[in-house]
Amino acid sequence: MTAPKKVVITGIAGRLGRVVARALHHDPQFVLEGLDRREFVGRPKDVVHHQVDVRSKKARDVFRAGDVAALVHMGLMHDPRATAADVYSWNVAGTMKLLEYCQTYRVPKVVVLSSADVYGPRPDNPQFLSEDAPLLAAQRFPQMRDLVEIDHLASTFLWKAREIETVVLRPVHILGSVHNAPSNYLRLDPVPTLLGFDPMVQVIHERDVARAVSAALAPGVRGIYNVVGPGQVPLSVVLRELGRRTLPIPHPLAKPLWSLAFRAGVSSYPVAEFDFIRYVCMVDGSRAAKDLGFAARSSLRETILAVDEPA
Amino acid sequence: MAVADWIRRRIADATRPRPDPVAERTRALAVRDNEYGFDAFGMGRDQVRTAVRVAGWLYRHYFRAEAKGLEHVPSSGRVLIVSNHSGQLPYDGMVISAACMLDAAQPRLLRSMVEHFVPTVPFASYLMARWGQIIGTPENCRRLLEADEAILVFPEGARGISKPFSKRYQLAPFGLGFMRLALATNTPIVPVAVIGAEEQAPAVNLRVVAKLLGTPSFPVVPYPPFVGVVPLPVKYRLHFGEPMVFTGDPDEDDEAITEKVTAVKRRIESLIHVGLRERKHVFW
Repeated sequence: MTAPKKVVITGIAGRLGRVVARALHHDPQFVLEGLDRREFVGRPKDVVHHQVDVRSKKARDVFRAGDVAALVHMGLMHDPRATAADVYSWNVAGTMKLLEYCQTYRVPKVVVLSSADVYGPRPDNPQFLSEDAPLLAAQRFPQMRDLVEIDHLASTFLWKAREIETVVLRPVHILGSVHNAPSNYLRLDPVPTLLGFDPMVQVIHERDVARAVSAALAPGVRGIYNVVGPGQVPLSVVLRELGRRTLPIPHPLAKPLWSLAFRAGVSSYPVAEFDFIRYVCMVDGSRAAKDLGFAARSSLRETILAVDEPA
Repeated sequence: MAVADWIRRRIADATRPRPDPVAERTRALAVRDNEYGFDAFGMGRDQVRTAVRVAGWLYRHYFRAEAKGLEHVPSSGRVLIVSNHSGQLPYDGMVISAACMLDAAQPRLLRSMVEHFVPTVPFASYLMARWGQIIGTPENCRRLLEADEAILVFPEGARGISKPFSKRYQLAPFGLGFMRLALATNTPIVPVAVIGAEEQAPAVNLRVVAKLLGTPSFPVVPYPPFVGVVPLPVKYRLHFGEPMVFTGDPDEDDEAITEKVTAVKRRIESLIHVGLRERKHVFW
């Protein structure tokens, strides 16, 4: 039997990080190391956790020994209240540093968890975007620029560092115990919606995302992949399944009301994100199905109801 | 007592389950839906049924449409239905779809391609999707053809629908995109001539206003509300032609594609001529 491979996971202390860690922890071919400036609550005993900032010198020491077999990078900051400079420095500068370490210390595998949001919701989007579609999210959302830039960084790295197997995963809206924007939105009650708009949405269970990450760690896999869940439904059906009351707002009023609520601290959604409940932003996951053999295991209903499951 | 009996009989009569052709037809549709009853493009069979009820009434009683040659619409498999376009609002699309839903041997849901601004309009944004319509992008069209669906195309586009009364039954220039898609996906083309729609909203083009607003045309009709929202009760006649099959390289230059497109245009023109010769009156 070969020795287990060391996998470094950034953002391991977050909820999605813990779900991914739990999934990979079950796999005997991996030993895990966490890299996150937060404390790792509920850490299994055999997982080493480095509680350091990704940009610090100590983060480099994690890679220096040269025995890291893979990096799973999911430690991105999505705090809408943080200043642009902070978010930029953490996300973009941090990612650049990590990729640099991977090249210097010959990490053979890099998995970056981006998002299908980078394509941007637009009225003229085709129903299913392929991986080659332009990343236009930043056109309407300045706040998304960092995420688009990280995706570009990782995609460029795929071509720049040919000896490294880089995988960029762009999952659709992740639902579950995670505290990301779509899950938090669906946990509101009543849920504000836009009057007269009901786009189709794609969702994926957090455990299916973990399985996609583990599929991406397989040797020989490199490239950019959209990761889709069990399918797509209208937003109103998701809300009905969850039994939520809705608060339809006419869209000309929505933006001023919402920016007021954001500034007053009542809501934590930037106004620009309204486009996600107005226009379609769906992706074609057939490449991941073909190359990674990935298919979501949770049904649509299970995925939607996962929002209300206790963590 | 007689009155009570009569009332009882009337109630029994009114509540008796009667055959519902629209429900049967929508049930017979081949729809690839998921556990919530929606297909990948957001079409829902229940919503389609409601739409077909309204469209069916307009089709049968308002426009009193007659469809000839419906046997040329294949009962399964990919197909592009190509038609002339007119009448300020796309009632012609609705009538062609209703004919294929209600009068074809096997009901087929035609999916037409809507303009890119429609998703920005409240209610229209999602109703169009629930009723099986799609955003007009080549990717969407190709995906549906590869899934063996039927797509309705108006190659004249906005140039056709906004044409003034003086240009009736004169085809505006055809776009080439539909032919490239047909070649790429090996799809037969069924030409259709719509007779009647071109008179439903007799419009004149106010060129001065159009220039001021920067729109390609500004059609007005000479009766309130002066835009062609309410169509005149013209009689619709649809003439479906035999399927045309083209082969060739979809990436050929425009000249070679234009030649094939012109063949389709000629076929529609000749169907229009036949239809105009056969009809006795615009309204009956």
